[in-house]
Amino acid sequence: MINKLKELWGTIRQPSRYFSLGVLTVAGFIAGIIFWGGFNTALEATNTETFCISCHEMNNNVYQELKSTIHYTNRSGVRATCPDCHVPHDWTDKIARKMQASKEVWGTIFRTIDTREKFLAKRKELASHEWDRLKANDSLECRNCHNFQYMDFTRQGKRAEQAHSAGLATGEKTCIDCHKGIAHELPNMAGVEGWQ
Amino acid sequence: MKKLLLLIFFIPLITVAEPYIANLRSSDIASEQEAPRLGNEENKDLKRKRNYPMQPPTIPHKTQNYRVDLNSNKCLSCHSRRQVVDSQAPMVSVTHYMDRDGNFLAEVSPRRYFCNQCHVSQQSVKPLVENDFQDIDAILDNKAVKK
Repeated sequence: MINKLKELWGTIRQPSRYFSLGVLTVAGFIAGIIFWGGFNTALEATNTETFCISCHEMNNNVYQELKSTIHYTNRSGVRATCPDCHVPHDWTDKIARKMQASKEVWGTIFRTIDTREKFLAKRKELASHEWDRLKANDSLECRNCHNFQYMDFTRQGKRAEQAHSAGLATGEKTCIDCHKGIAHELPNMAGVEGWQ
Repeated sequence: MKKLLLLIFFIPLITVAEPYIANLRSSDIASEQEAPRLGNEENKDLKRKRNYPMQPPTIPHKTQNYRVDLNSNKCLSCHSRRQVVDSQAPMVSVTHYMDRDGNFLAEVSPRRYFCNQCHVSQQSVKPLVENDFQDIDAILDNKAVKK
């Protein structure tokens, strides 16, 4: 085994015996396009709502809850899909999140939340992860659409205007601090800051 | 035989005498009416007058999509004793922290937990039924005039 590996290493170290430098460069270039394109396509395919709700855990629980909220149905018909809020848009952050999400594949295989009861029992933990994530990145996914710079406070309700100009403008608070449970139902909020 | 005759005599009476039931429908019961359009809840944040001292105050803002259930209570996230510091909203009345025997509790009493049982948002619409309610001030004024 070791000998075979040594032999392979030897082959790799040697200069090309049959192919010209040009062929190797062009072939490498084409292969690069194919591999990178394939990788990106696969990545984007996992970044769609259809992919998310292809698992019954997502389809039966969180997706059904989303349907009645303003992020799914509203007067103008603009809507957010799962990855809009749950996956960062920047490439490095996205890859980091995707690697974390491999835990979710584990969860599916070992049926961590394959019934509604199991899901509800675990909901607080799962929700806390998302709250922590959004708190840490200053509600980046909210701000991808809701840009603070272009918010017209005069068109907001009095209470909203007050809260936004006091807490949000100073950077003291971030979106998720107040806007929890806007797209899905909430877990038991006893002990969560700002609730009761 | 007598009984049967009596019954035959009364059957038309029973069917003819249709009892009048007051309701808000303008059409007969079998037809389906068009649902009224959804209105916009008032969102002025201005306290409204109470018609009598014990009246539960109406909500002067929108409460659409506010969840009040076993897990969370959106109303109390501003109006509870602990949260009014941050929200500067009026605290729920002290009676809501009492059980039915008048003992004070640390949290809002379970029997007062569901805010919408008594407090509701308002829409500026024409009332569906006539109402000649007079508050106590109007009654006292009338009495004074009569004297």
